[in-house]
Formats: sequence, structure tokens, C-alpha cells
Amino acid sequence: MTHDAPRLLACGDTAFTIEFGARIDPALSARVLALDAALAARALPGIRETVPTYRSLTVHLDPLTADPEALGRAVLALAEEPLPPVAASRLWRIPVVYGGAFGIDLEAVAAHHGLDPVSVIERHAAPEYRVAMIGFLPGYAYLEGLDPRLALSRRPHPRPVTPAGTISIGGAQALVASIAAPSGWHLLGRTPVRTFVPDRDPVFLLRPGDRVRFVPTPAEDWERLSAAAEAGETVAEWSEA
Amino acid sequence: MSRILHLLRLSGAASIQDGGRPGYLRDGLSASGPMDRLAHEAANRLVGNPPGAAAIEWGLAAATLRVEGGPVRLALAGACGPLLLDGEPVADHRSFVLREGAELTLGRPRTGVFATLAIAGGLALRPVLGSVALHRRAGIGGRDGGPLQEGDRLTLAGPAPAGEADVGLDPVPLESDRPVRVVLGPQDDHFTQEGVATFLTATYTVSGQADRMGYQFDGPAIAHGAGGFNIVSDATAMGSVQVPGSGRPIVLMADRQTTGGYPKIATVISADLRRIAQRRPGETVRFEAIDLAAARRCAQARAAALDALPGHLCPVAGEAERLMAANLAGAAVDALGDDAAS
Repeated sequence: MTHDAPRLLACGDTAFTIEFGARIDPALSARVLALDAALAARALPGIRETVPTYRSLTVHLDPLTADPEALGRAVLALAEEPLPPVAASRLWRIPVVYGGAFGIDLEAVAAHHGLDPVSVIERHAAPEYRVAMIGFLPGYAYLEGLDPRLALSRRPHPRPVTPAGTISIGGAQALVASIAAPSGWHLLGRTPVRTFVPDRDPVFLLRPGDRVRFVPTPAEDWERLSAAAEAGETVAEWSEA
Repeated sequence: MSRILHLLRLSGAASIQDGGRPGYLRDGLSASGPMDRLAHEAANRLVGNPPGAAAIEWGLAAATLRVEGGPVRLALAGACGPLLLDGEPVADHRSFVLREGAELTLGRPRTGVFATLAIAGGLALRPVLGSVALHRRAGIGGRDGGPLQEGDRLTLAGPAPAGEADVGLDPVPLESDRPVRVVLGPQDDHFTQEGVATFLTATYTVSGQADRMGYQFDGPAIAHGAGGFNIVSDATAMGSVQVPGSGRPIVLMADRQTTGGYPKIATVISADLRRIAQRRPGETVRFEAIDLAAARRCAQARAAALDALPGHLCPVAGEAERLMAANLAGAAVDALGDDAAS
């Protein structure tokens, strides 16, 4: 099937999900973001907030203001319309120190794919990624655009803690982690960039639809960039589309 | 001089919670807020606060408190243990004044998990993203981003109480013997028919893994369909029932992850979230599917009950009434205990 029909999925009395498909696909993500923008423009009564993901949009609602079934059907009808695509968003350049203590799985990932670590870094840093969703924990940016030759299923045993700023891959997904957390993904490197800082403006750095490039950065720069990030700088460069 | 609530002793979990921090799900931040919203709102009503005012949420906790710099009006609602004011019993679900120099002791509840101690005028805390609710994983809200600790000194907001009358309120029963109601979906089609039937007929026991993020259950495994137990991550709701590879359900709660890669067989209706929250490890739950229209009617009934709370406040005054209120509340708690044991 080239064009999946969107489906309305119940999530209790306070939410529903419009599912465009069940896979990671830039075409699905584009439709999710288009529906999200269309809903934001319409401001339908009862909608509290929306959550775009790789392949679906979840709508949280106030069941006292809106009938979840009727609102769900209305949003599904909108999702079935051809909606204007969302224009390309900001491009972020995120410095990453790869390998060694910064990316403890780099060697293993390289060995698994029969590559040398430098080739893994090149392939991870080559694409222009798009932020498909922010989820799991605050500021965790899930990207689409990973080189399929790097795809690798998750580790059988998650690590109980991985550091803030971890740059990792899992399946066909690439991730920028914000804060320390458990993870079953493969750790390729670390960035001093913090995508979630409660007392910084902006609190959240990345938004769904933003574009991301990783910039391989020497380990010698880590201390300086970390200190700047600690002082509240974003240390990521960005430009408008 | 500002008044200080001094947490002299604490065992168990305690955090600051207000109405929560909605609006940041798309940024990966769940809303936090009370695990038992009804208890939180009842406690706040009892001390004359607006709904959603900052309060202390106790989780299977025991504590001792004093106030410095002036009196404070307090009320405890939800899963309440014995409450003593200078050694004398005080009823829960009623407001009372803690005077400077007096000592308030909260015992661990005999049934349920979460209780809210509302503080007239609220707490003077700096909001983060519009809320003082603790989100522990995010390290924001609460007391410098963390839970309350023994020895904490909380600055009170608002004026000291004038001579208002103490008021009481009947606790809303948890109906622990009734099934918890769910709406099937969003991914009930990722399970076999037998798997869905298992979920809706088996008895599940709250495991030791139960906290503000989610409640993991032990019990018969729910069979996934041919698609297995991984999905491309999508968003969660409070009450989402996700089923990982073990087949044992996990109900996601106030501090949950905002997205997840396990299929979600059902969603607990908003009116029944407190009935999950108040189950402790070892206690059991059965799930019953209802349709969306019925779930919405439950939400409407709950909202009407909350709106009606102020009308149900009744004055409580004098020592005789106080003791009687204490006895009545004790009987109500015993009744709930019987339900939970059945």
C-alpha cells in the first residue's frame, strides 16, 4: 500500500490517536505534522494538547467540553483531506564526540556491521535528520533519516543509566537524549547540547519537524563546550530553513 | 514574618503536587499532578483553597510536622492513617488548625496509598513551567526538583487563618470490590482474542514495581498477536495499559513516559484512575471494558461530584463533634478495608 488510510484509535475518555501507519517513514511523519499544524490553526473546542509521533498524532481532550467520539471523527475526517505540508523547519548543527568513553558501543556497532568505527561515524554524521517526535522523557528527540546500513535492533539488556546528552541508535531510529536515563539503545557518542534545561530560555531546544545534523567534534573540545552548556548556552548552532 | 511548615520526621514517599503541568506532552514531559485527584481537590476545598493548589502528597508515608511563625489550617484526604494533634486524634477529611508549638503526626494508612495534606493559602514555591508539581525523572518542581525529605522547611503562602469554622466532608469510597473500568484500545488489535479475554477476566495483583510513573501487575500473561510486542512508539495517556513482552500489564500514571514502544491494550477511564492509584502492592484488580460513551458519562459524573464538593462541606466544631467525626471517619475507613480484603 502506498497511501495508508488514517485510523481513529480510542485512548480512553480523555484522548484519541489518529494513526497514519505502523512504520517509520518520512511520508507518514509529514502527514502527522501536517495534521498537527491544521489542528493548531483550527483551535477546535475541547482539545487540550496534541502529541506528534513518527506515525500518529495523539489528541488529548477535555471530555466535559467535547464528545471524544464526535471530536475523533471530525479530526479523522480532517486527516483524510489533503493537507498542506509543513514547511521545513530550523536546521540544528549538534556537536558530537564519538566513541571511547563518550560512545561505548561504537566499536561493537562497527564490528556488527563489518565496518571500521570511522565509517560508522561518517555514516551517522552524513544525513540531514528530521525530528519526528519528542518523547519518553522531556527533550528526548527521536530522529528519522538514519542510514539503513546502521540499523541495529536494541540491546537485549538495557543499561540502568546512560548519561545526559547521549547520542544513540536503536532499530531504524536515532536519538538525542536530554537527561540521564535507562536505555537499551547503542551509544555512539555524546553531545554537550542539552535539549531540556528547566531554567533556560528556551527550556526545550528541539521541536518536531526541526532538522538536525551531527558534527563530529574532537574530545579536546568537550570540557569547553560542556562548560558553556552548563552556563546556559545552547552550544548548538541553528539556521532557519 | 513568614510561617514555616517543618517536616520533623518522614518515612515513605512525600512530594509537592498541585494540579499538574499540562501542555508539555509534545515536549516529552508528562503532567504529574495528584495520583488521586479527587482526594487532592477534596483536601484543598476543605481548607478553602482553589482546586489545584499546591499540597503535600503522601505515599504510604508517616510523618511529624510543626508550624513556626503562626498557625496554619490543614486538611488530610485520600488514604489516611491515624492523625494525631499533640497526641489527640483528629479526623481526616475535615479541616483543623495546627497552632505554633503543636505537633501533628500522620500515621501510615491502613488501606490505600496516597493522601493529600492541603495547606490553607498554599506553599511559597517557584513554579517551573507553570507548576510546582514534582516530576522526579525530569528533576523539576517539588523541593528543588526532588521529593520531600525529613527536616525540610516549607515556607507557607497567604495569610494565617482567621477564625473560620472547621469543616468536614464525607470521603468518596473507592469501591475496591468493583472492577476498574477501561476502554479497549488503542492497540487491542495487537492481541489475540484470547489475550483480550485474559485481560478482561483474570485477576491481576499490583507488583512491587508501582510508583508515580506506573503500576506493574502480576497475573496471567496476555497473549500478543502475530505482530509481537514491539510497535513504533506512539503517545501514552494517563491510564494507558501497556503490555510488554512478559504479557503482564502496566498502567501508566501521572509521571509516565510520554511515548512508548509496547502495544496498549486499553486505557483506564479517567474517573477510575484513583482506584488504580490507591491499590498497594499485593492487592488485586480486575478490569472491565465499557464503551466510550459510558466512560464519558463517568467523567461527567465525577466532574459534577467535584463541583458539588463545596455544598457538602459541613461545619464541625467543639470537642464532642471532633471525636464523633473521628469515629465516623474511622468507620468509613474500616468499611473500605473490608472491601479491599474481599
